[in-house]
Amino acid sequence: MECCVFADGLNCLLDFMRTTSSGGIHGITVFILACFVGYYVVWKVTPALHAPLMSVTNAISSVIIIGAIFAAAQTIFSYSRIFGFIAVVLASINIFGGFTVTHRMLRMFQKK
Amino acid sequence: MIDILYLIAAICFILALQGLSSAETSRAGNLFGIFGMAFACLAVYLSIDTSDMWFVISAIAIGGSIGVLIAKKVSMTALPQMVAGFHSLVGLAAVLIAFAACFAPALFHIVGENGIYKSSLIEMGLGASIGAITFTGSFIAFLKLQGTYKGHYIPLIANAVIAVLILGLLASFIYTENVQLFVVLTLLSLVFGATLIIPIGGADMPVVVSMLNSYSGWAASGIGFTLQNDLLIITGALVGASGAILSYIMCKGMNRSLFDVIFTSGVYSSASNKSAEIKPFKQGAAEDAAFILKNASSVIIVPGYGMATSQAQHALKELGDILKKNGTTVRYAIHPVAGRMPGHMNVLLAEANVPYEDVFELDEINRDFATCDVAYVVGANDVTNPAAKNDPTSPIYGMPILEVEKAKTVLFLKRSMGTGYAGVDNELFYEQNTMMLLGDAKKMTEAIIKAM
Repeated sequence: MECCVFADGLNCLLDFMRTTSSGGIHGITVFILACFVGYYVVWKVTPALHAPLMSVTNAISSVIIIGAIFAAAQTIFSYSRIFGFIAVVLASINIFGGFTVTHRMLRMFQKK
Repeated sequence: MIDILYLIAAICFILALQGLSSAETSRAGNLFGIFGMAFACLAVYLSIDTSDMWFVISAIAIGGSIGVLIAKKVSMTALPQMVAGFHSLVGLAAVLIAFAACFAPALFHIVGENGIYKSSLIEMGLGASIGAITFTGSFIAFLKLQGTYKGHYIPLIANAVIAVLILGLLASFIYTENVQLFVVLTLLSLVFGATLIIPIGGADMPVVVSMLNSYSGWAASGIGFTLQNDLLIITGALVGASGAILSYIMCKGMNRSLFDVIFTSGVYSSASNKSAEIKPFKQGAAEDAAFILKNASSVIIVPGYGMATSQAQHALKELGDILKKNGTTVRYAIHPVAGRMPGHMNVLLAEANVPYEDVFELDEINRDFATCDVAYVVGANDVTNPAAKNDPTSPIYGMPILEVEKAKTVLFLKRSMGTGYAGVDNELFYEQNTMMLLGDAKKMTEAIIKAM
């Protein structure tokens, strides 16, 4: 029984490797490299600007709007499309709100 | 062409963060962020052929106008809850996208001959789960920061059980490819996000907000893996790393590990710590404070959340200007966890036009308290509490503090003699060199200005 589960797991993993040979390993490579870039860039941010850092990262994490647009732009009507629509609205709130509030904050830091 | 646009967008996002390394370049950084987002959206527009773009554009218009409205209206004091609220939206959007992908896999090219790819199932499950945790967790954090909800005690074992259940469901969803399991997985993750944040104490809020910032990034990466989109993976990783670093800095500022913050809720364990005895303390009036300040040659102002709630930053700046005219050196000392989010105090001081060069971080200024005449503490209780150094039984023991007690005189502005956010009494109040100025920080500061 245990052996069977193990074999299934192995199969699952092999399947994963096969389907991801083009996408997944590449994706993981990109992910890990980006983590390093993020690590070095963020440590350089001056502590005084940590609040704008949070609001700007909040805005750019809403780049998932891309996925939402894909779903919302379908021509056939489906659940998927409705989900996409709502997700576009939510992500837009974040993008516009995040950049606007960051701008407001940074303007304060620049006044002499 | 489309891939190049994605690449440009990714570079813009990195430059956006890079820009924040100094105040001079920060606005350019924000512009890079906006350009990056525009490039990303342009790339999507070019890669889909649909006649029905209006549907999408109207969604963006609705969301965009709500977002701008909120961002313009929010006060800088309420910044932490706004950020928490925005994080919850990213989480919810990630969940919805994962569902959209689950219901229309062909659209996202994640379906093969034998149904949806296993790898995509893993990524979809992870993306939805992290997104759901971010959503409800941030929502609870929002309510707590807003002050509408105080929190409850939840036994650690309950969260552990839910976590194990989630992992089990994730595994069985990947194994069976059953969509119903996907729904249950998401629902349970929603519950977990809430139960994770509900017991966390108020003093730990800066960590929580940064941690959720990090989660929103990981959720974006998860969606990026599902959609096999490098830009989402990169951006998610950047945001995730940023939030993780901020959490680390906040934890260090409180001398707690992330594990402690999440799994041992400080507020409830320390609630019994409040001492009932009333000790004598020296209370002063605005005139006394004005007299002391007039005769001081150097003053360090220590702002805390009390400054934010009473909006005292403008009055403080005015007081600072008067003192400077008087020949006094005025500096500001900021503790990493002062306020309810990283950098909160800096923004408020900047709002009041306090010059950038006058504001110092903990390790830059801590030594100077010994040589300064007056430490002017504005509602910063826990971060100045000497118990963190002297009392091993205190819940905040080990936390690095601003050593205001070393100043010749400590003027402590406070609304009442109540305990701070962490629920710990502050022995500083009863010291010989401390003068308590009880009342609203803004009104008290204005009264002092009048008396000068």
